[in-house]
Amino acid sequence: MTSRLLSRLAALAALGFALAGCGGSGSKNEIVIGEYGSLTGNDATFGQSTKNGVELAYQELVANKQGKIGGLPVRIVSEDDQGKAEEAATVVQKLLNQDRVVTVIGEVASSRSLAAAPACQAAQVPMISPSSTNPKVTLVGDYIFRMCFIDPFQGTVMAKFAAQNLKLKKVAILKDVKSDYSVGLTQFFTESFTALGGSVITEQAFSAGDQDFRAQLTAIKAKHPDAIYIPGYYTEVGLIARQARELGLTCPLLGGDGWESDQLIQIGGDALNGAYYSNHFAVDNPDPRLQEFLGRYKAKYGNEPDAIGGLAYDAANVLFQALQKLSETDPETFAGFSSAKAGTDARKAAEKKLRDLIATTTGYPGVTGTITLDENRNAAKPAMVIAIKGGKKVYDSTINP
Amino acid sequence: MKHVLGIVVSLGVLVALDIVLPRLLNPYLFQVLVLCGINVILAVSLNLVNGFTGQFSIGHAGFMAIGAYGSAMFSLEIGQRWVTTLGALGVPPVIAQGAALLVALLAGGALAAVAGYLVGLPSLRLRGDYLAIVTLGFGEIIRVVILNVDAIGAARGLPGIPGWVNFFWVGFWVLIVIVVSRRLAASTHGRALFAIRDDEVAAEALGVDTTSYKVLAFVMGAFFAGVAGGLFAHYLSYLNPNSFTFLKSIEVIAMVVLGGMGSISGAVMAAVLLTLAPELLRPVKDYRMVIYSLMLIVLMITRPGGLMGSREIGWPRFLRRAKAEHA
Amino acid sequence: MSEFLQQLVNGVTWGSVYALIALGYTMVYGILRLINFAHGDVYMLGAFFAYFASRALGAATDPNPGKALLVLVISMLAAGAVGIVIERFAYKPVRKSSRLSALITAIGVSLLLENGGILVFGSDPKFFPQIITARNIPLGLGVTISNQQIIILVVSLALMFALRFIVLQTRVGKAMRAVSYNPTAAALMGISVDRIVTFTFMLGSMLAAAAGVLVALQNPKIEPLMGIMPGLKAFVAAVLGGIGNIPGAVLGGLVMGIAEVMVVGYVSPTYRDAIAFVLLIVILLVRPAGILGKATAEKV
Repeated sequence: MTSRLLSRLAALAALGFALAGCGGSGSKNEIVIGEYGSLTGNDATFGQSTKNGVELAYQELVANKQGKIGGLPVRIVSEDDQGKAEEAATVVQKLLNQDRVVTVIGEVASSRSLAAAPACQAAQVPMISPSSTNPKVTLVGDYIFRMCFIDPFQGTVMAKFAAQNLKLKKVAILKDVKSDYSVGLTQFFTESFTALGGSVITEQAFSAGDQDFRAQLTAIKAKHPDAIYIPGYYTEVGLIARQARELGLTCPLLGGDGWESDQLIQIGGDALNGAYYSNHFAVDNPDPRLQEFLGRYKAKYGNEPDAIGGLAYDAANVLFQALQKLSETDPETFAGFSSAKAGTDARKAAEKKLRDLIATTTGYPGVTGTITLDENRNAAKPAMVIAIKGGKKVYDSTINP
Repeated sequence: MKHVLGIVVSLGVLVALDIVLPRLLNPYLFQVLVLCGINVILAVSLNLVNGFTGQFSIGHAGFMAIGAYGSAMFSLEIGQRWVTTLGALGVPPVIAQGAALLVALLAGGALAAVAGYLVGLPSLRLRGDYLAIVTLGFGEIIRVVILNVDAIGAARGLPGIPGWVNFFWVGFWVLIVIVVSRRLAASTHGRALFAIRDDEVAAEALGVDTTSYKVLAFVMGAFFAGVAGGLFAHYLSYLNPNSFTFLKSIEVIAMVVLGGMGSISGAVMAAVLLTLAPELLRPVKDYRMVIYSLMLIVLMITRPGGLMGSREIGWPRFLRRAKAEHA
Repeated sequence: MSEFLQQLVNGVTWGSVYALIALGYTMVYGILRLINFAHGDVYMLGAFFAYFASRALGAATDPNPGKALLVLVISMLAAGAVGIVIERFAYKPVRKSSRLSALITAIGVSLLLENGGILVFGSDPKFFPQIITARNIPLGLGVTISNQQIIILVVSLALMFALRFIVLQTRVGKAMRAVSYNPTAAALMGISVDRIVTFTFMLGSMLAAAAGVLVALQNPKIEPLMGIMPGLKAFVAAVLGGIGNIPGAVLGGLVMGIAEVMVVGYVSPTYRDAIAFVLLIVILLVRPAGILGKATAEKV
């Protein structure tokens, strides 16, 4: 009786798989690059900026080189992880196994990068995160890279700014327990700030997706802080700012690069005036490379990019450059990138060489600054502190590593 | 004799499939197959509670979560060390990992069963709608507690669980849950469960210890849900509390309802169908949940019995006997 | 002390929102013995209808109370219509089926509204425009209340009194009460049970929508899944107060709101969602009829 059931199950399954097709992309001769981000969900602008930045770089490749590197046409596949870590792991599996991508670009949020990175490392496919700042991300393995600074540095930046520029002594922290980024940054900020003579008088928590923070803010208000450090993502930050002002909290608000979004001021409105956050670039930085990029982005998409768009653009270009270099110095190995060769040893060898090339990125002139990857595959770049005045983001200062 | 042969043949088939399937299917399709198996275990185990005993439980995801995290922590703390020691002694990794996985799954299942007991005992005084909401509540409480325990990753999730699951183990547990369910259905205990489902007051009046049986069904259902959770954890290597919300419980309910409450084969078929469908519908995946919900509504209005009603595939003898007894 | 009072203010505000939603649950359960899982999603729809109405009327660019009121009314009427449609197409056919079937149907409708919402509105959160300019009013003792919170309290109270008036002082209300006592007898008395059920659904949906609009005023982020948790919590509130009992729903809502805010403020915010269910389990074990409910014997 069990064998009958087994045979029926097998028949059903076989039918299902037959319908689903044999899977895998066709054996066309092209290079497929994967990109994943949160196109929908709470922090949807992160995913959209990533996609736009990568697409802009790709468009330029099309304009300048007919979209080919080393004779092979390049194709970008974008996936939406809906802002969920489990979904990030699933879509990256799909990119690796169905689309057989050569490299994965993503993600912005450290939690989602952490969920997906092990798959890339195990498959020995490079993953370039544009702006995940939690140090654990690149520690997953030597195939994982990032184009930005890491949180031990970022925490110090804001701690220095608070202690030395704003001369603050008592800070309250409101962190997001759902995000590795927020929890890590809280820790690094606390370490630096206390080392500089300040004190963190209270630490409250919320979860990404929460809408009401009054209870936590009321508890913070009772302690009379000089400022509140909110290392979270822009949606919650905007709401927190509003509710803080409603409750009568007038102290400055401080934050990190998770604030970076064109929706931030839309959500937070005037409540954000007097706030400062650390970021990867400042739009009013007169650097010609940056300004030119801003112009091109705006021409294509109609609005100014945020730092994530810039970092994604840099990530894509660093990748293209590495691919280009490989195609010139070692065309035989490079041929392994063709999707016809997916899963073969030739592909594995090519990936290894690509990884090595990306790892040696030095002095790359990115729009978000000069990118040099260190031995942990992190970029050492200065941070800009952005102030919000009169409903606008204004560059305040640069803090170097 | 017949039984032993059946067991050996089944195990043999599983081992053979375990070797052959990964070669035939790419990892993505293999993942779908494994998820099918896990959902089958969930659906059949829920069928014990909802279908056989008529107790409306919508907290199944909570038991799955306990099994998942329980077995994951066991493997991370203890199991991994066993595997390395065994490996050093020359035991082939497949056997060592399999053994460690088995123990971890049993641990997770046992933990879930205990939770099932703790949840069942007070709740089973309640009826119908209230029981449903209370089980929902327990499922949510379990999820929120997991969200708060830093040691198991809290809101950020638990990465790095050893990925020991292969087709053999999934198939093994699918077989076990189906065989156990069938045996139960054919036994006097099963009879008691059906009686409770059909008319609890009458059953009580006739001397059936309804509370014990209800708790039994709950505990068994929870155990297998815990095992399914453990398989899930050791396959994905990463756990996040978001995978165990009450939407997951509702997905499992949908499978049981679609299959026909009380029908094991119905639950199996529905579980496979509802796992494959979203993958097949990936191009229109935005509509998947809308279709799900419409299906539930239409089903309840037109054919509340589901695909199979309470019938099973292929035991004409069994059916005839059951029908004769019922009539 | 001021912290406690501030938390209390926050708690009472949330409590009135839960009370509004709980009223709809309790009325429907009283008449049909059905837990309308989709009720929380009508709350969500209320917020979205108001969002679109505000944009259409330009209420954000030129905030004035008249337009805001109009937005509220439009949203309530639209949601009432949705309630009628749901009842007619999804619940009426299963009225004679088992309660389990009805419950599953309710779950189905809830999922449909949520996922339909994602499809139609998109899953990204939208931001409700400021149709009332925010102002903070210090109450002394370090407690501030925003004018939005005051509006929530006032409107909720007004609606609750309106409901009480309808139920106790009008013929329709009498019919509603009759149907909830005994539908068969009510039918024999010449009451159209179908019409009363439809009317009850409409009323409940209107109240839920109002709750949605009020919440959106204060917490401007709206998205299609925003109704799940408040819906469940409001149901727990209804059970807490005694399901089927209208003042009970209000009491339950207030208790729920205050308990939740206190736990978030003094214990840990990550336990917020669990509090509702802990309360539920406690009340069902200790006093299943709820605070103001009456225990009914089960007839065999």
